[in-house]
Amino acid sequence: MADMMTVRLKVNGVAHEGRCEPRKLLVDFIREDLGLTGTHVGCEHGICGACTIIVNGESARSCIMLAVQADGAELMTVEGLMQDGKLHPLQEAFREHHGLQCGFCTPGMLMTALDFLRTNPSPSDREIREGISAVLCRCTGYQGIVNAVRAAAATLRGGR
Amino acid sequence: MKPPKFEYHAPRTVDEALALLGRYGGDAKVLAGGQSLMPLLNFRLARPAAPVDLNRIPSLAFIEESVGRVRLGAMTRQRTIEFSPVVAQRLPLLKEATRWVGHLPIRTRGTIGGSIAHADPSAEYPAVLTALEGEVVARGAKGERVIKAADLFQTYLTTTLTPDEILTEVRLPAMAAGAGYALEEFSRRHGDHRHRRGRRARRAALQDGAPGHRRRGARAGAAARRRGDPRARRAGRGRHRGRGPESHRAGRSGFGHPRIGGLPSPPHRSPHEARARASDRSGAWLT
Repeated sequence: MADMMTVRLKVNGVAHEGRCEPRKLLVDFIREDLGLTGTHVGCEHGICGACTIIVNGESARSCIMLAVQADGAELMTVEGLMQDGKLHPLQEAFREHHGLQCGFCTPGMLMTALDFLRTNPSPSDREIREGISAVLCRCTGYQGIVNAVRAAAATLRGGR
Repeated sequence: MKPPKFEYHAPRTVDEALALLGRYGGDAKVLAGGQSLMPLLNFRLARPAAPVDLNRIPSLAFIEESVGRVRLGAMTRQRTIEFSPVVAQRLPLLKEATRWVGHLPIRTRGTIGGSIAHADPSAEYPAVLTALEGEVVARGAKGERVIKAADLFQTYLTTTLTPDEILTEVRLPAMAAGAGYALEEFSRRHGDHRHRRGRRARRAALQDGAPGHRRRGARAGAAARRRGDPRARRAGRGRHRGRGPESHRAGRSGFGHPRIGGLPSPPHRSPHEARARASDRSGAWLT
């Protein structure tokens, strides 16, 4: 194993350190080295969006980032959404509105929706569809997800 | 798939990056936002000895307005451009085009310099650069040179940048206040890349306010029929060739539209509408 590099980063507020080859994808580092398997690996080329996480406050595909690129970064994964044993309003809304079935795309869907609502707190349905088009879902037909994001937007606007 | 083995460098300055490119003698590859190169690495279609990562060079990310033009650092993220007041005011075509680049989590990483240097014929920014007749700055071991859009793109994924050069800056002339514009895009699905290159064409065209110049725009629209050739998007320069059904339709609804007294009605469609159709079109003209 040539040229192992050290990666220090924060995930969901917790500091982590690991050593990996520079070619290691960030999503694999999160799952294999940090044991945080909530983030899913789908297409591995930036299309399906299942691996979307928050990197320094903005959503990004962790399958097309290298772990070494995240050295010094603050990440948030789906595991960081729940606070004090309480589901995040987005998670509540996805459960309430059938925003998931098999759950494979859900972590990416949630993290994408989180960044989307941060920059567009009062979206139209069209804008929601455009926002979540970043993530592919093969179960729901998207309608439940659109409903969930709309409901979560209302909750988040009202304050948690 | 996972990337092949490589050595990794994240220089802090352009000079350091240039030295690394020199050291690898053409076997290194510049890594910008990674939204195109990383998939290529994952598929092992690209096997550089070392990616030279520009993401830790802060001097490459800026948007500056100077007399009659806007300068954008090569590592300026698409998401930054999307929300930039300077871009909104001076380069509304660029702002409009940015909303079409990939998806939200792609634009947070993707950069203007990376998109232009990659020269994917299905990408928006090369079309905007040619339509606005902008230029890029490239730095190499021998110094700096300015390359006009027309002299930059050669063919699919190919520019006149040399392997030891780094695209550092994009310069676009500010659009005239009140200038009309439109962006048109053909794609089975918004935001995808690479899958349907042969069936996609994106174009951006502009024209001056004078009615006499309208034909110039129409010719630019027709020129995009030469799909795949980035030069086809150069406003007012392309030659009329072929009769693709899409461009024919676009010509009628866009430049060729008889409604004057201001703007022709651009066949603009939101990404959402475009996605909802089997044969999409969207448009961007400048009047």
